[in-house]
Amino acid sequence: MSFESLLFQAVNGFASASGLFLVAAGLSIIFGVTRIVNMAHGSFYMLGLYLAVTLAPLLGATFGGALGFWGGILGAALVTAALGALVEVVLLRRIYAAPELYQLLATFALLLIVNDATLYLWGPEDILGPQAPGLSGAVEFLGRRLPEYDIFLALIGPLVLLGLHLLLKRTRFGRLIRAATQDREMVAALGINEALLFTAVFALGTGIAGFGGALQMAREPANLALDLSVLGDAFVVVVVGGMGSIRGAYVAALLVAEVKALCTALGLVEVGGFTFNMSRLTLVAEFLVMAVVLVVRPHGLFGRPQPAQARRGEAEAPLVPLGRTGRLIVLAALVFFAGIPLLGAVASYAPVLALDMVIAALFAASLHLLMGPGGLASFGHAAYFGLGAYGTAYAATVLGLPTPLAFAVGMATAAAGAVLFGWFCVRLEGVYFAMLTLAFAQIVWSIAHQWEEVTGGSNGLFGVWPDPPFDSANGLYLAALGVTVLGLVLIRRLVFAPFGLALRAARDSRLRAEASGIAVEKVRWLAFAIAGTLCGAAGGLFAFAKGSISPEAISVGRSIDGLVMVLLGGVHSLMGPLLGAGGLTLLQDMVMRESPYWRGLLGLIILLIVLLFPSGLAAGLPRKRGAP
Amino acid sequence: MSARLPLLEIDGLDAWYGEAQILFGLSLQVATGEAVALVGRNGAGKSTTMKAIMGLVRRRANRLAFDGSDLAALPTHAIARLGIGYVPEDRRIFAELTVRENLDLGRRPRPPGATLPDWSMDAVFDLFPQLADMRARLGGQMSGGEQQMLAVARVLVGNPALLLLDEPSEGVAPIVVEHMTRALLRLKAGGLSLLISEQSSDLCAAICDRAYHIEQGELRGHGPMSARAPDIPPNAQAAPPTTSPL
Repeated sequence: MSFESLLFQAVNGFASASGLFLVAAGLSIIFGVTRIVNMAHGSFYMLGLYLAVTLAPLLGATFGGALGFWGGILGAALVTAALGALVEVVLLRRIYAAPELYQLLATFALLLIVNDATLYLWGPEDILGPQAPGLSGAVEFLGRRLPEYDIFLALIGPLVLLGLHLLLKRTRFGRLIRAATQDREMVAALGINEALLFTAVFALGTGIAGFGGALQMAREPANLALDLSVLGDAFVVVVVGGMGSIRGAYVAALLVAEVKALCTALGLVEVGGFTFNMSRLTLVAEFLVMAVVLVVRPHGLFGRPQPAQARRGEAEAPLVPLGRTGRLIVLAALVFFAGIPLLGAVASYAPVLALDMVIAALFAASLHLLMGPGGLASFGHAAYFGLGAYGTAYAATVLGLPTPLAFAVGMATAAAGAVLFGWFCVRLEGVYFAMLTLAFAQIVWSIAHQWEEVTGGSNGLFGVWPDPPFDSANGLYLAALGVTVLGLVLIRRLVFAPFGLALRAARDSRLRAEASGIAVEKVRWLAFAIAGTLCGAAGGLFAFAKGSISPEAISVGRSIDGLVMVLLGGVHSLMGPLLGAGGLTLLQDMVMRESPYWRGLLGLIILLIVLLFPSGLAAGLPRKRGAP
Repeated sequence: MSARLPLLEIDGLDAWYGEAQILFGLSLQVATGEAVALVGRNGAGKSTTMKAIMGLVRRRANRLAFDGSDLAALPTHAIARLGIGYVPEDRRIFAELTVRENLDLGRRPRPPGATLPDWSMDAVFDLFPQLADMRARLGGQMSGGEQQMLAVARVLVGNPALLLLDEPSEGVAPIVVEHMTRALLRLKAGGLSLLISEQSSDLCAAICDRAYHIEQGELRGHGPMSARAPDIPPNAQAAPPTTSPL
């Protein structure tokens, strides 16, 4: 590595930082005013790029290349802003009063729908845009050639930062944004039309994201993976910079981009006889930046401590142990599931499907431990599923360990990951917790994708077959049923134990729980670790069940599946997630895999749930036992 | 007094926080140019009454009207634009904005045909000279009393016909209470209508014509200020009596 290549990469880092900043700034402004974390924010970035690569050639044919290119970018930004306004009016307005989790889910459903709509409109192939007229060359710089467009992009970030700064400080619209960020209700009480302001702010935020996406036209092709990858990066930037701080967003974007660029510039590094390919470590570097910042400044570089968030909606009814009827139903279900192998003769598919359901049940129940009693909605539970699955697969194939031992290795891997990531996550609550867990899950996914020597890259690990007696469909199914039942019993006991009471107390009132001597962060950390470990067990079972594991199986889609299972069944009961897991597994098996657009379908289902039951599914159902 | 035209009419007002009902069939009226006190213990429902008028809590009423317009179906900002200036209990100054910017947000031109004097920036700085010297100061860096003045000034520049003042003397120094009382008397003399909630009635005694007494969300009685219900408890945090009639 030379000084020149370092400098070269540094300029590159500035160019990347601009893109990151544009997404994160919009996310931050929208959250500040509307208190909604827009999970679909990356989708607007992606749409901006798709619109630009479509508009630029169209406009170029009429008005010439230069006007086409820049007009395409401007047009894409404006169309994205208009789409944002439409989304705000049609969707968000209905969910401002809904619980946080529902808002996150609704905007995530939007992400799924936009992705499938993009697939439908533009097809699955990457689309390359035209080069920037006048900026397609390169500048000779210290013996290296710096693309002119990268220099241009590097300048755009600070320019937009300055523009936003002036907008916020010097205009009435900016004053309104700052005032509403602090106290929306008072802004309305002063006679300002809140609804209009929200629409304008959402259009501004999504327009900036679309602008950021469109600017990438000359740098990278439009592709369908952009929405999630950009969202994950934007979350890291926002958490590092401090939610609500535009300046923080730029500094954090620069920090993250430069550290990544540095890793790329370092290339192969030899330390103590071992050779590391630093360019592969860019994602780990991102994680390390976030870790260091959060340890030193838990609210981000320019963030402020979050005010204690009052829980919206009514207090949850206490959980009640099962009555006699309940016990009988559970027993009957257990007998039924234990008897499934007997059905194998008539319906050979039954044990296979039942295995999927059992694994989903353990996955959903482990997530529910955090979401229900813990009150912490994780948007990255797939991480621990993945760690468990990859740990098991690696131990079974590469290390050649016997099945039970390989399974234990998987659980231990998941436990280690949950302990490490959990330490950071439990410092945050609400949407911040959701964002950080999603970011960690993206990191685990990327590591699985990139660390080919261990994870097999995008192909994953194959030939993960269990030893006898687990090698038959029935054998594996019964073992999985046993593991799942054990896990469920453990969760149940924990929830009713003093530990569970402490967890629920912390959920209902963190301050009062702390004042009563409960170490809230420790209790939550332990819950996070237990949930992660049990989720890892589900992942290990999954690896054996499928005989393989690939990054696809541990993508953010799995995290969302878990959330949908818990919500479908009802977050207020311990049995709910099990019903939800069974229901969604059946649904996916029967309907969704039939269509290439099943993700969009899932999104529509989520939207329906959220719009029909805006205060939670449980509110739509008659209260059962324990109701006052 | 009540022979004058009613500006604010409330009849049978119920209001809720979440599932909990706070107000039960409350009725009151404020006539044009009148100053009315809303007195009662901490938690009686005074603040909720004001929030219910502004549409900030869920409410239902037989009649809830301002200047002849029904407020029931209007969003908060539209209620404010009809000419109601709401000064909340905790003042809710925008801490990140300067005094000048806080005032800018409240600024609305005088409605056509209004008979009240126009509250320009200069006019409020004349009313609260202290504010004039701290135009560039951030709201978060002001004392409680200064914030209270700013909160009143911020709604005044919107040229309202009625001010809702929720506990304007709470938590501020006696000298500020005195300033505030003087300022409110000037506003009343200028023709502005006032609805003031107080636990201690000293400020109200100096300003208000009539008083409504509410306890536990229900109206307990009303009458001229001098003949107000005698069982209002003295409050430990109450400001000392205003010394002279202003």
